[in-house]
Amino acid sequence: MAERTIPTRMGDGSLTHMTPSEIRQDLEDGTATAAERAKLPSLAEDELDHLFHIFASPARFSSVDIGDEVVLTYDGTGVPQQGGRVAALYQAEQLYGADSCELYHVDYSYRAVKTVLPYEQQQMKEAQERVTIPVHYGAQPDLGRYSRPDGPVGNWSELLPAMRIDEARAAQEEAVEMAVADMVHAAEGMWEAGADGIDFDTCGAAGDADFLAALKAVETLRARHPDLGIEVGMAGEIVLGTHGQLEYDGVRLAGLKPEGQVQVVQKAGATVYGPAVNVNTGKSTAWNMARALTFVKPCMAVAEIPVHMNVGMGVGGVPMASYTPLDAVARCSRACVDVLRLDGL
Amino acid sequence: MAVAHAVASGMGGLRTTGDLVVRLQMTRGMKLKQAKDHVAQRLGVSPTDLSDNVAMHELRGELRLGRIYEVEASCYTDPSPIEAKTRIARLLGIPINSVERFKESSARVLK
Repeated sequence: MAERTIPTRMGDGSLTHMTPSEIRQDLEDGTATAAERAKLPSLAEDELDHLFHIFASPARFSSVDIGDEVVLTYDGTGVPQQGGRVAALYQAEQLYGADSCELYHVDYSYRAVKTVLPYEQQQMKEAQERVTIPVHYGAQPDLGRYSRPDGPVGNWSELLPAMRIDEARAAQEEAVEMAVADMVHAAEGMWEAGADGIDFDTCGAAGDADFLAALKAVETLRARHPDLGIEVGMAGEIVLGTHGQLEYDGVRLAGLKPEGQVQVVQKAGATVYGPAVNVNTGKSTAWNMARALTFVKPCMAVAEIPVHMNVGMGVGGVPMASYTPLDAVARCSRACVDVLRLDGL
Repeated sequence: MAVAHAVASGMGGLRTTGDLVVRLQMTRGMKLKQAKDHVAQRLGVSPTDLSDNVAMHELRGELRLGRIYEVEASCYTDPSPIEAKTRIARLLGIPINSVERFKESSARVLK
């Protein structure tokens, strides 16, 4: 008799049907792929069994056990349907039961925020008077913005293919200093307006120099503001070596995986670290989840600060879709908490 | 997506005590267990009670820590966010930025 099939999701969010055997195979392939790629241990048999239990269920929803709940931080809170930005934060508090919320500008970049900082400060002040849960402010280091034609320094994406390596590296080093100054300026402005914390999101999106800029900004802010909450969220599972030689506290940043990332992040002075593992849209959610957990698991043993895994669109197993399916998001949410014993998401 | 995560694994924010736990994580870098234990000890409840929205709604009301409003139960005597955060700061033993700034500016008026 043919094996029954179970409705499940692909990495692009599309609905598919797989047999329990196929789901089990995808879980094993997903962890093996990460283990081989990053030279990490595969997930243990009991962890794969638990993931199988979660992903082979036809239930519409899945959740952690009562008592195992974690706290949630966000990279931007609110959507256009909610009206104004402060109203959206209040709704997140009162309607979603959000543990925290994040005020953000639609151009999610500290360089862009710098130009409208007084308006952002006004919004933060109003948010603090209306909302009881912590209100953070977030944006990205977004180092690419500092390269031509958007910014003043050379464009390393053009210089590198032309084999002008030294110029590409010099341009990135110059951009790092500018980005640090902008991030510190914006963060201090928001702190002055009452922010509970600052989120540096999608760090390393432009490579190791992008990550270094965030770390240096964190270090400066921590020295000046001991009570400021600082979250560093990553862009991917491995820091790209766009520069290749940059170090923080003697650690080469290029090639760092979550285990190494969290160590430099906590050394810089952040209070929360957010690992990110990107999704392969051509593979199932089960495959992506097993791969993501394999990448992040080693960091849990060395993390001295809370770890809030990124589980937004296209990261942490969650499908890369604008309208993420409830069934897949719930499974990924539960799987991350159950297997990794995270501090938050 | 935010709703799915909140229901699948979130503590529940103001419905329970998630906001208190996340404050300790962000401000003090406390791991989840340590933060939950700290909040539970300060509230005089067990860590598992922290996610019970029925029990925590009552307790938050008694301690004036701010809570969710329902149309069936008017809470007009509940504290404003700044008052609630002042009590939360005292309860947890941590400074809250907006509260510190409010105290600073209102002290000038009250002086």
